[in-house]
Amino acid sequence: MYKIISKRELNPTVTEMVVEAPFVAKKAQPGQFIILRVDENGERIPLTVAGYDREAGTVTIIFQIVGATTKLLNMKNAGDCLQDFVGPLGRPTETEGIQKVAIVGGGVGCAIAWPVAKKLHEEGAEVHSIVGFRSKDLLILEDEFKACSDKLVVMTDDGSYGQQGVVTKALEELIQSGEKYDRVIAIGPLIMMKFVCQLTKKYNIDTVVSMNPIMVDGTGMCGGCRLTVGGVTKFACVDGPDFDGHQVDFDEAMKRGAMYKSFEREASCNLFKQEVQE
Amino acid sequence: MPNMRPDKNPMPSQAPDVRNKNFLEVALGYDAETAIDEAKRCLHCKNKPCTSGCPVQIDIPAFIAQVAEGNFEEAYQIIAKSSSLPAVCGRVCPQETQCEGKCVRGIKNEPVGIGRLERFVADYHNAHSTEKPQRPASNGHKVAVVGSGPSGLTCAGDLAKKGYDVTIFEALHLAGGVLVYGIPEFRLPKAIVQKEIDGLKDLGVKVDTNVVIGKSLTVDELMQEEGFEAVFIGSGAGLPRFMNIPGESLNGVYSANEFLTRVNLMKAYKEGSATPIEHAKNVAVVGGGNVAMDAARCAKRLGAENVYIVYRRSREELPARAEEVEHAEEEGIIFKLLSNPVEILGDDDFLVKGIKCMEMELGEPDASGRRRPVPKPDCTFTLDVDCVIMSIGTSPNPLIKSTTKGLEVNSHGGIIVDEHEMTTKEGVYAGGDAVTGAATVILAMGAGKKAAASIDAYIQAKSSK
Repeated sequence: MYKIISKRELNPTVTEMVVEAPFVAKKAQPGQFIILRVDENGERIPLTVAGYDREAGTVTIIFQIVGATTKLLNMKNAGDCLQDFVGPLGRPTETEGIQKVAIVGGGVGCAIAWPVAKKLHEEGAEVHSIVGFRSKDLLILEDEFKACSDKLVVMTDDGSYGQQGVVTKALEELIQSGEKYDRVIAIGPLIMMKFVCQLTKKYNIDTVVSMNPIMVDGTGMCGGCRLTVGGVTKFACVDGPDFDGHQVDFDEAMKRGAMYKSFEREASCNLFKQEVQE
Repeated sequence: MPNMRPDKNPMPSQAPDVRNKNFLEVALGYDAETAIDEAKRCLHCKNKPCTSGCPVQIDIPAFIAQVAEGNFEEAYQIIAKSSSLPAVCGRVCPQETQCEGKCVRGIKNEPVGIGRLERFVADYHNAHSTEKPQRPASNGHKVAVVGSGPSGLTCAGDLAKKGYDVTIFEALHLAGGVLVYGIPEFRLPKAIVQKEIDGLKDLGVKVDTNVVIGKSLTVDELMQEEGFEAVFIGSGAGLPRFMNIPGESLNGVYSANEFLTRVNLMKAYKEGSATPIEHAKNVAVVGGGNVAMDAARCAKRLGAENVYIVYRRSREELPARAEEVEHAEEEGIIFKLLSNPVEILGDDDFLVKGIKCMEMELGEPDASGRRRPVPKPDCTFTLDVDCVIMSIGTSPNPLIKSTTKGLEVNSHGGIIVDEHEMTTKEGVYAGGDAVTGAATVILAMGAGKKAAASIDAYIQAKSSK
């Protein structure tokens, strides 16, 4: 069992939890993920490592409440335990040799982008962060990004905070103003990463994306997370989750992500029924 | 006088059209009377050919003699000297090519039902024995076992009996390897696997789940930092292969590993399970091994109307056990033999709607000695299916090799070992599918047993210096 040390609401739909998991904390690197099960009957879900404290033996996860399991997870509080918590899984984000980078985060993807930005900043790279949210009340980690970015642009779809518009708009403005990036790292919804890649392709900027397909085991034994990169089948859990964004078949990934949509809606309903009974 | 009736006592089973709608065990097992009767068919040959056919060398005539006398617990104690998982092996071993394949009674008639008797004895013990095994005195040496499948469990059990302090590291949340995620409940009830693992824990074996060796910890760290004097790698061959034909990314295409993991480990067959699975109407399973049979029979039980086994060779070459093929046929699985998929067809919603296959015929024998299937010219057909399960084999996962210095593997990714199951790295041993590629439970157990003996000899020699 893995004890929840603390819990913090970042916005009404996004929660941060610090979990006691010394094995994971000892090894985790930005870009890697964990798989957890909330309880004995739970499903396995992947969540990215948002932070770690090697001394304290704790790992930070940040999740958005999108369905049955994340709802169940959000019902847990500090002091409660999670049934299973395994990792770190996947390959760490490559940061070597990068001198100037644009980090683009969308929504809860910012929780994954932040540790990467922090690491690059610590390694001495010039970090420009562009973070996008639907509206002001969904904003997360602004101070954290400020602390590790040489430049920070906050975008909201409705203009309720920062600049109005999508992240690609801000990125294109920076590129056009003459900023020369070694690499763009984009993490967020598939559609956002797809548009970032279309843009950077135009300017021929090396772009890495963090993919988030459906996973079961997370150790390379099932291929449920497979996606097509450069025409070749890859398993995101062991070959990724980071890939060359210009090679990823995003349309296929989006269709695969929707595979269990009807089941997921029903599972949410079932969970709700249980709550009412209790 | 031995009972000279030519046939084995039949195994009582659920009726095919009942069992293909539930996940309860198909074979129900002998009762005491039948077991005694079957045991009396043994001739007690002096040279025990059956024992030589058993990869863990159970003294078969000795345990059968006890069964014939009605001394079931004594029979169990004889098996337990050689095997850590008799309730599992009695169920899933391919006895026809092992112990029973060597049985003298089998030359003219049916061999003695050794597997069925082993199963009976183990089930009897599990149902009646309240005594916990005695924990041997510690010898002060620590050994790590990577992977909790059949080879790891056997190796751990044998070492624990010798007094070693053994820790098993398992990547998934449950121990058992293929016994829990691969082989379905209706062939091997998970409660039985759990009971056997609990037995190992009573012997003092520690089981650490949720630890991925190569990620959470490396083999080098186990030896240099965690104080393990030897490591056994029994990480299996869990990396699924795909055919690389068009349409394999469509929704509704699974590897057998994913399909079976969802069904067995995550219990997706149960109503209200948190892990989803597609309840397809028409399913094609590509491949002809035991895993293909398991996947097909699971799909049927999830409510599919038509389940096809698509296999490129003929019935003779099916790698699955004859018994599994028969069970599948009885349950209504349709065999499309001499057929090879060339494309999976999808609809506008990215869902599988069919599988296009070529008809094959058998040509000259290939390197494996089996006749090579070659496509018949201009003979293709399409099966209307909404789900395709790829069951064309697995390879060893490269994770441990890529994170362990000095560990050599062959061109198939199998870890290279010598005749003592020792790898190219000192103190590191390996066995089971991680070495051979996908094989059988009992061969993995045999390798685990051999490795345990080698590890014992290695540590004893080292500490007497």
